[in-house]
Amino acid sequence: MAHAATIAHPETNTGLDNRKLAMWLFLGSECLFFGSFIAAYLLYRDRSTTGPYAKDLYDIPFTSVSSFVLLMSSLSMVLALSAIQRGDLRAMRVWLLCTSFLGMLFLGGQVFEFTQFYREGLTLHTNMFGTTFFVLTGFHGAHVTVGVLILMSLFGMSTQGKLKEGDAIAVELAGLYWHFVDIVWIIIFTLVYLVQ
Amino acid sequence: MATAIPRQRRVTMADALRQVREDAGSYKGIWSWIATVDHKRIGVMYGLTSFFFFLVGGLEALLIRLQLARPEQDFLSADQYNRIFTMHGTTMVFLVVMPMSAAFFNLLLPLMIGARDVAFPRLNAFSFWVFFLGGIFLNISFFTGGNFLKGDLGAPDGGWFGYAPLTLNRFSSGHGIDYWMIGLNVLGIASLAGGFNFVVTILNMRAPGMTLFRMPVFVWMTLVTSLLIVFAMPVIAVALFEVSFDRLFDANFFNVAKGGTPLLWQHMFWLFGHPEVYILILPAMGIVSEVLPTFARKPLFGYPFVVFSGVAIGFMSWGVWAHHMYTTGLGSVANSAFGITTIMIAVPTGVKIFNWMATLWGGSISFKTPLYFSVGFIAMFTIGGLTGVTHSIVPSDYQQQDTYYIVAHFHQVLFGGAIFGLFAGVYYWFPKFTGRMMHEGLGKLHFWLMLIGFNLTFQPMMILGLMGMPRRIQSYPKDYGWDLWNMMATVGAFTIAASLIVFMYNVVKSLRSGEIAGDDPWDGRTLEWTIPSPPPPYNFAEIPQVHSLDDFWHRKYTEDANGMPVLREAAVVEHAAPAEHGDGHGIHMPSPSYFPLIAALGFPFIGFGLIYQMALVPVGLLLIIVGLYGWVLEPATEDLTA
Repeated sequence: MAHAATIAHPETNTGLDNRKLAMWLFLGSECLFFGSFIAAYLLYRDRSTTGPYAKDLYDIPFTSVSSFVLLMSSLSMVLALSAIQRGDLRAMRVWLLCTSFLGMLFLGGQVFEFTQFYREGLTLHTNMFGTTFFVLTGFHGAHVTVGVLILMSLFGMSTQGKLKEGDAIAVELAGLYWHFVDIVWIIIFTLVYLVQ
Repeated sequence: MATAIPRQRRVTMADALRQVREDAGSYKGIWSWIATVDHKRIGVMYGLTSFFFFLVGGLEALLIRLQLARPEQDFLSADQYNRIFTMHGTTMVFLVVMPMSAAFFNLLLPLMIGARDVAFPRLNAFSFWVFFLGGIFLNISFFTGGNFLKGDLGAPDGGWFGYAPLTLNRFSSGHGIDYWMIGLNVLGIASLAGGFNFVVTILNMRAPGMTLFRMPVFVWMTLVTSLLIVFAMPVIAVALFEVSFDRLFDANFFNVAKGGTPLLWQHMFWLFGHPEVYILILPAMGIVSEVLPTFARKPLFGYPFVVFSGVAIGFMSWGVWAHHMYTTGLGSVANSAFGITTIMIAVPTGVKIFNWMATLWGGSISFKTPLYFSVGFIAMFTIGGLTGVTHSIVPSDYQQQDTYYIVAHFHQVLFGGAIFGLFAGVYYWFPKFTGRMMHEGLGKLHFWLMLIGFNLTFQPMMILGLMGMPRRIQSYPKDYGWDLWNMMATVGAFTIAASLIVFMYNVVKSLRSGEIAGDDPWDGRTLEWTIPSPPPPYNFAEIPQVHSLDDFWHRKYTEDANGMPVLREAAVVEHAAPAEHGDGHGIHMPSPSYFPLIAALGFPFIGFGLIYQMALVPVGLLLIIVGLYGWVLEPATEDLTA
């Protein structure tokens, strides 16, 4: 994937790299994907007939902290990109690891939260809140997991010399995806947790 | 390049694998197709696969028509009937018209914009393999979804629209619906991969001088269609995931007892479903917009209007979905609003129809088979479009809801429109990709048989619908006055089948002994006619420089004082197209690759895993990951001429 486009057509009509344009399209498509799940959540928000309800379960301070962790991972992602653009592969590796660590921390928080909710009696089947909450945040968690895998792969490739100074585009693409997943979380945190 | 395995040595596994890889690189043999990343070969594979599914879906249609030929028949049981009409609709939409359009995108897009391939050749191969495996997965449900040995068909039985909660476990036991949901999601991945690829190709890979408004209309329609795919597919994906969670993991999205609502499915399905209608028809509109000017020997009338109408349809298609849902009780405000948008979307469609007619007007028309199919398209699609506008009148639609009038309407658009348009494309571009002309007489016989059969099938359904015959019923009583019309429709369906036999015979005959086509058999206008037929792997020996809309036409012709075309002198023509017949030496093309296929193979594993045995899911994920890693890490390009 890394070289196919550049050799056949060194310059593109729009000036945007093919891969970057494709990534933007993919993220546009993802907007509709999460938008649909969020719409389903909002539609069913007040339709649970039995508890436990959202207000009984949410631990806003805890989720605020894990949201903060995910936001900080965007910062370290930017630093990783800036490092490879400067040609500083060592710093890039550090920031990539840092980003994936923060991502995993967020995922750990989500696993903890899911377990907690489950212990208090919320399953996919309990009520509409359980159904929509677990599926929406679960799909977001799956996206974060894929993001962590991508970041770790970039890290692995760079330790084996397969990600070089000229390959900043690869980190940039991963970064676009990562920031998008963060933004989706901000929306989910606002609409699902804070607005009640 | 290919080296034979030495006789005296025993053939080891490694030798065999090497041989397979070299075959793949050699542009010959079966492995070269399996590993191909060439857009033309992928296009051919898309075309053949979708035509195979066309025959499957057509067979299902014949079974439906046999059952309905007379009243009170028991040729098919109600259960079998449900499964067959579900698979007929699903197959024709997702396995025939969409991938057949994708076949044309693949074959033509790079040629028309003067590129050597699409932006992501391996993603393109991945898209095809995912579609191929997804289609097989969906159809295998006939045998594995129920107890086939006891004579039960296992295919899905929820209709192509899959209305929840009818698709939940309570109302549809067995695995048919599971196959349907997972299969459609897999096919969605294929469409999305293609969508991203085509948009990037069009926006980024155009030859020098090929500005957006010098692009052929077909390319414009591909762009609009691909963008619709990019934004509509995730919506249906979410709806399918929701039903999947309800069925497989006991969630409540459509469980009314827990507070779920069936309306959510309908909104999401039709929010996808109406853009989908235009995903199906816009490619055919693009094809017709290429065929008509060639055979009228005139430029397309009002090129910018046709383009902007297509774009407008793309936008407006997002605002009409609830005209599928008037009777669900949305209220008079919503119904009126969607009625008005439904009237409005007819305007850009009408603009196109008038532009096509004006293209023919005053042209020196050459009556060849592609033109027949294009004119057939305009006439049949106009009837389909007009019956569509009647759905904007809410009280009238209340009466038509779920009757054969609706069935007649959408077949008028999708068969009379899309399929006629696609056949126009087959006849038009067959010489380009095979090097041989199709037989004209047989082509016209195919056209007339299909046109007659089509009208005999679907016009009686209009009448049946207005008489009140509901759709989706396995049988109907005598004495309703429906017998004659149903028998006519059945005869019509078999006439269509006969026309397809003529078509297949024509293809085989023309491949063997058709007249040699040459580079430019139709006196074409667009760049694909400047290169040899069939095109070399690298398409253009030298990337063309484009100076105007219909560039090739202007290289061949100039105008006299009355605006009539005058052939340029041969020397000038030769000079205008100097480099298209080079030997392609030193052009770097993408290497063949197995990794797209390996990644695609993961999806059936995940599908079967979700249905039967969760342990298969990690296997599928592993295949996808292995495929993607191999894909990222292998070198992408080789020197074809080495």
